Amino acid sequence: MAEQRAEQRAEQRAAEGLAAHPATMRAGGGGSAYFAKVGAIFAKDMRAEVRGREVFSTMTSFSVLAVLIFGLAFDLRVPRSEMIAPGVLWVVVLFAGVLGLNRSFGAEVDRGTLSALLLAPVDRSAIYFGKVLANLFFTLATTLVILAVMFFIFDVNLFHPYNLLAVLLGGIGYVGVGTLFAALTANNRARESMLPILLLPVMVPVFVAGVGLTAAIVDGKNFAELSQWFNLLAVFDAIFVVVAFLLFDLIWEDA
Amino acid sequence: MTTVKSNAVGWRGVDLLQLGLGGLTVASMAVAMWLSLAYAPAASNLAGDEQLAQRIFYVHMGCNIGALAGFVLSVVASSVYLVRRELDWDRVSQAAIEAGLLCGIGTILTGMFWAKPTWNTYWTWDPRLTTSTITVLVYLAYLLFRNGIDDRSVRARFGSIYAIVAFLSVPLTFYSARLFRSIHPVVYGAENADAQGDFRVGETMTQVLSWNLVAFCILFSALVVLRWRQLRNEDALAELREEVGS
Repeated sequence: MAEQRAEQRAEQRAAEGLAAHPATMRAGGGGSAYFAKVGAIFAKDMRAEVRGREVFSTMTSFSVLAVLIFGLAFDLRVPRSEMIAPGVLWVVVLFAGVLGLNRSFGAEVDRGTLSALLLAPVDRSAIYFGKVLANLFFTLATTLVILAVMFFIFDVNLFHPYNLLAVLLGGIGYVGVGTLFAALTANNRARESMLPILLLPVMVPVFVAGVGLTAAIVDGKNFAELSQWFNLLAVFDAIFVVVAFLLFDLIWEDA
Repeated sequence: MTTVKSNAVGWRGVDLLQLGLGGLTVASMAVAMWLSLAYAPAASNLAGDEQLAQRIFYVHMGCNIGALAGFVLSVVASSVYLVRRELDWDRVSQAAIEAGLLCGIGTILTGMFWAKPTWNTYWTWDPRLTTSTITVLVYLAYLLFRNGIDDRSVRARFGSIYAIVAFLSVPLTFYSARLFRSIHPVVYGAENADAQGDFRVGETMTQVLSWNLVAFCILFSALVVLRWRQLRNEDALAELREEVGS
């Protein structure tokens, strides 16, 4: 009995010794090393996109299609396109974003590379922020395409600096929560349909603030009237990026 | 994993608790219905359909407190689960969300039927209406999401993570909806924007309302305890099946 216990203890110590090394690789190195790891995850997703071309192309073609369908649907019923442009912009951004977010971890599961990603000697939060950066890049690039298409279809110029800031802030909040939820749904039985059902109701503040901002910009309001919306978006971003950062560690704790 | 500890036949503490809560619920809800439909005075500043519909108020507020209790309890139970990792807390969280959803849907339905005679519309984009509906959708998504996960502990962990994020989004939804309406050019009547403010409640009405709030809290706890035990049994059954199968 005593021998057994001693054996167990020795095994435990050996396991701890083994575990200690990846732990230092994971968390060690300070701030610049951490950012390098985040950048490596981001670069990996970019390289996969350049070679596979499956995320950005899907998002943009869906967005162009959606804007055209909205234009066709509202053409005869709405006297001025400025009336619907803010709503169309944010609806299309949210729906196109879901397509990209679904692929973010879904593609890793489909290709069987998720476990390799998790084995990488980096902190799980580095994976989160790398994925957030990649998704943010895809979402913002798609939004630029949407804005360009809307410029021609609706004859509304939404390339206003404040509107671009709104898209950036809204995109950060959207992608911050979206990446967390994409990781949660990656192994779900109904992955593709589950993500929008989870994500869109939580995104109502971003959507409402975005529509409010773009509408106010189209109406030519000054910055004082816009600032409350910017505050709301900034608060949303701050709260949810921190919460997602804290909770992301718990997702694959047994993997 | 905590399983059902004793298989003893007879009255156990939880059985007695459930029986007591159930009896209390039936009694208090019966009194609550009598109070709000018969005892409470008719609203003196209203007439006709509006006066009759005002009695929905007591049930409406009761459902509302049930929904609030459910969602607060769920976020507390989810956080405790993530710290302690005892499946019972996850079951409490699920039971609270299911009972809260029932109450939330009740709030929306009673509100709509009250709004038709009073505001002459079933629906407006009032911040409270918007928020309650979005909240119900968020928690419906929680139940769908759990359904799609096979592993029991993963289901508990992911469900808890989602419950926390979802709960945090509710106040922001309310704030954004209020901001949206306050600068939105389409403005309803001024009395509508401040509907709760000029809604004065008399002394007897307050008594009836307090009774209803307590009665609905008892109803809610009875539902949560019942559902919590059901989920416990479900898990115990699944475990036994696995033992037999392997």
